[in-house]
Amino acid sequence: MAKSILTRATTCAVALALSAGAALAAKTDITVGMQLEPPHLDPTSAAAGAIDSVLYSNVFEGLTRFGPDGSVNPGLAKSWEISEDGLTYTFTLQDGVTFHDGTAMDAEDVKFSLDRARAEDSANAQKGLFANIASVDVVDPLTAKVTLTAPTGNFLFNMAWGDAVIVAPESIEGIKQTPIGTGAFKFDNWVQGDSITLVKNPDYWGTPAKLDKATFKFISDPTAAFAAMMAEDIDAFSGFPAPENLPQFDADPRFTVLVGSTEGETILSTNNKQPPLDNVKVRQAIAHAIDRRAIIDGAMFGYGTPIGSHFAPHNPAYVDLTGNSAYDPEKAKALLAEAGLADGFKTTLKLPPPSYARRGGEIIAAQLRAVGIETEISNLEWAQWLEQVFRGKDFGLTIVSHTEPMDIGIYGNPDYYFQYDNPKFREIMDELNVTTGGAARTELMQMAQKTISEDYVNGYLFQLAALGVVNSRVVGMWKDAPTQATDLTSVYWTN
Amino acid sequence: MILPRTLWIGGALTVLFLGAALLSLLWTPYDVTQLDVANKLKGPTGAHWFGTDHFGRDIFSMIMVGARTSIAVALIAVGIGIGLGVPLGLAGAASRGSWLDEIIMRGNDLVFAFPSLVIAILITAVFGASAVNAIIAIGIFNIPVFARVARGAALSLWQREFILAARVAGKGPIRISAEHVLPNIANLLIVQGTIQFSLGILAEAGLSYVGLGAQPPLPSWGRMLADSQTMISFAPHLAIAPGLAIVLTVLGLNLMGDGLRDLFDPRLRRVRT
Amino acid sequence: MLRFILSKIVSLIVSLGVASLVIFAVVEIIPGDPAAYMLGINAQEDTVAALRAQLGLDVPKWQRYLDWIGGLLTGDLGTSYTYRTPVAEMVGERLWISLPLAGYALVLSTLIAFPAGLLAAARRGSMADVSVMSATQLGVAIPNFWFAMLMVLIFAISLRWVSAGGFPGWDAGFFAGLTALTLPAVSLALPQAAILTRVMRSALLDTLDEDYVRTARAKGLSRGQVLWRHALRNALIPVLTIIGLQFSFLLAGGIIIEQVFYLPGLGRLIFQAISARDLIVVESVVMLLVFAVILVNFLVDIAYAVVDPRLRRK
Repeated sequence: MAKSILTRATTCAVALALSAGAALAAKTDITVGMQLEPPHLDPTSAAAGAIDSVLYSNVFEGLTRFGPDGSVNPGLAKSWEISEDGLTYTFTLQDGVTFHDGTAMDAEDVKFSLDRARAEDSANAQKGLFANIASVDVVDPLTAKVTLTAPTGNFLFNMAWGDAVIVAPESIEGIKQTPIGTGAFKFDNWVQGDSITLVKNPDYWGTPAKLDKATFKFISDPTAAFAAMMAEDIDAFSGFPAPENLPQFDADPRFTVLVGSTEGETILSTNNKQPPLDNVKVRQAIAHAIDRRAIIDGAMFGYGTPIGSHFAPHNPAYVDLTGNSAYDPEKAKALLAEAGLADGFKTTLKLPPPSYARRGGEIIAAQLRAVGIETEISNLEWAQWLEQVFRGKDFGLTIVSHTEPMDIGIYGNPDYYFQYDNPKFREIMDELNVTTGGAARTELMQMAQKTISEDYVNGYLFQLAALGVVNSRVVGMWKDAPTQATDLTSVYWTN
Repeated sequence: MILPRTLWIGGALTVLFLGAALLSLLWTPYDVTQLDVANKLKGPTGAHWFGTDHFGRDIFSMIMVGARTSIAVALIAVGIGIGLGVPLGLAGAASRGSWLDEIIMRGNDLVFAFPSLVIAILITAVFGASAVNAIIAIGIFNIPVFARVARGAALSLWQREFILAARVAGKGPIRISAEHVLPNIANLLIVQGTIQFSLGILAEAGLSYVGLGAQPPLPSWGRMLADSQTMISFAPHLAIAPGLAIVLTVLGLNLMGDGLRDLFDPRLRRVRT
Repeated sequence: MLRFILSKIVSLIVSLGVASLVIFAVVEIIPGDPAAYMLGINAQEDTVAALRAQLGLDVPKWQRYLDWIGGLLTGDLGTSYTYRTPVAEMVGERLWISLPLAGYALVLSTLIAFPAGLLAAARRGSMADVSVMSATQLGVAIPNFWFAMLMVLIFAISLRWVSAGGFPGWDAGFFAGLTALTLPAVSLALPQAAILTRVMRSALLDTLDEDYVRTARAKGLSRGQVLWRHALRNALIPVLTIIGLQFSFLLAGGIIIEQVFYLPGLGRLIFQAISARDLIVVESVVMLLVFAVILVNFLVDIAYAVVDPRLRRK
């Protein structure tokens, strides 16, 4: 006991000396706050975005990687060749890459990772990304050849996902607790329930990280996040959970508020098979009963961009269709009357935990009540939501943000939980899959947006904003969130 | 007869909140389901006595309706406790030492051994969050409380002459429990009922604070506190009103319970004065 | 005596058996699939099935119950579905926060309640007594999570004396850990102190009415001396009983406070495990808590019986 106190005292003294020295030079460590803690640390066998938020690009890398603007760039593959028919991808790998345990990264690891993800007993949450792979072959240690069953325009994009990172057979056993990747940071320590620490990888194959140490601290409570940031206990918070607190940070010169775009279309999902919601007039009435401005102001305190279809506004192929569903309660009442529901009707509104859903739900319930539609609100946990709404399709309305990039294709699946079944839309999607020309693709994507907007499949509310708060002296944090990631590889402090 | 001072204060507070709850059935200053986002987070004014919340709703009206939710949940939960717990306790006392008594007492201990909040969370995980499930969760834990109080008090009565006389007269244990035991422990049950009522208000607030009680748009004090949490640094009035409402209601009920005990138990009153 | 203890042991075992059945039944009927939860909305059905098999969720329920009970009997609490670490290890880690927190709160409440209760009893009816009793009325009426919010507003947000929550770990130093637990411990201690003060006062007043205390007074001891030498010692029995009860309550009852201060304690572990449908964690932790309370009750029964032979016949 006495000894441990002594050791502690020494450690403290050393730490003090160090911090006194550090005050002169720029800081080389950072503490990043985050709302959710990863359940484990294997990005290739869970849907939890928190895993990617900590490890993507920092610890694990894929053949390709997302840039801060969502573009797909070379990763562990420095170049690739695509065959004429679009069926064969030959990747040339970076030379001299080692995993953090010292083993070499080569084409065998690529084959192992992709085969593991698409195996029969795979637990990959995005197994669909690998569905078109017919085989993966090792040509030589630095060349891997992937053969597809059908041309897949998105293949390089798919390989950039966190679920497609390259892992090694030597370290796969312990990956859930001790992730071993190839990134600029190495996993150091995980205090469950509190924080994960990464340290700089001195043997990194690419541009080395500027920081020596990064700590991710998990603070689920928004009040605590606010206080921790204000007290400068943490240097940055990615995905700040309480938009109502951002003006206070904005007014404080110590902090910078980063407002960027995400891939999250927040929608009032509607069960297209449940009467009376199967009637397009009823869905149109709901669309006109909704005042997006009030929802964005009331639920998100002004952060968010109104959308009129299921498409991200920052995408070049975006068309503004909010006019199709302009706020007009009188028109909503008239449409209900046309549908034979002049006295309104009753339906369920099932809300998952995020505050955009809980707060947005209360506002929408009030707006729908104003045109005669009564909703019975039930607040669900995610597990209940998945069971009842997503898999059980037992709901009238729900609010959820679809955060996967470029996911308008979900409308082509009639079994998807909102059960939109339109052969015309499916034709557009089929054509899109085989079209390569840029202009032709844009036209098809705009047709798809218009089709679902005019069918009033769901209530289209707003594009979720990426909200971050950082210390004003920290440079290089991503503003936008093209994927779930907190890429710290080029973050540094200024004085 | 002079009523204890605690009874006066407690009674007044209780009547105040009961009155607000009843009045809210007929009238509130504003409609609590009506949102007015443009007027959100306003401090107390003449138009909105307690200010408005993050959706622009009138907090005073929400407190009134919230009183209804809290009181209804806690009151019904007490009802469940009395309705099931008292007969069990009386049965245990009437059959003292038998296997029935043993089962009832062991069952009581078992329920007490469960962490109540965890069980409440489990119940809502199974059946979904709602005011009804909050009532059930709180009610279950009231049962052993009343069973214990009833059994303890009834046991000593069974030793008394007038019960012996009734037994000699050929009355059965059920009839004796109903006719002779129950009226004599009623005071004790009322006092315990008041205490459980106040504990129920606190429990309901805690449950709805973690999101397990009454669902929106029905306001509840606990949820109002939960909603206010992130805004407390720039709009503290959101947290003050519902918190004070809980404190005053619980305080009122506790004082009333103390007052009633003094009133019913002359021995204690003599000690006090 | 032996027969008494034997019968108590039988009833202990029956109670634990019934409790395990109840816990397992309630937890297993919770809708929601752990595997589906972990894999999210883009998972394919065959992936979910594969994960279910990996987690051992595809065997019949009764067999899972027997496996679980078998494990518990050999001290194995199972392996968490989400974290894939042994439940015992997770509980161990969380206890390092929950136990000190409960202990800290208990110490605080005792430090407040003893002098306050003594004062109130010694000067019954005085202004001091009335003030103490009024304060306790307020103490039991304030919801601890609201009190916690107000303290965060004052001490963390306005004054910035302490951080608003979180736990740096005991590695960061004993003092840092203690600081992080201070606001939560105060919030937990407040209502407990109020209850304990009331128990203390009435227990002291009860003993003051006892014959031997009257005798002592008659012998010429002052009221204060009587209080110290005789009443306090005898009043300790009910007070200690309450303290014991409060400790087990604090261990599990801190959930909401752990939530407010985002402390990674036992309560929050249960809360998170329920929402992630990490059923084995919920079952084992709840069973552990129930076991602790039942065991304490059992030991108290035995202890009372040893002290007071009359109780054995009951």
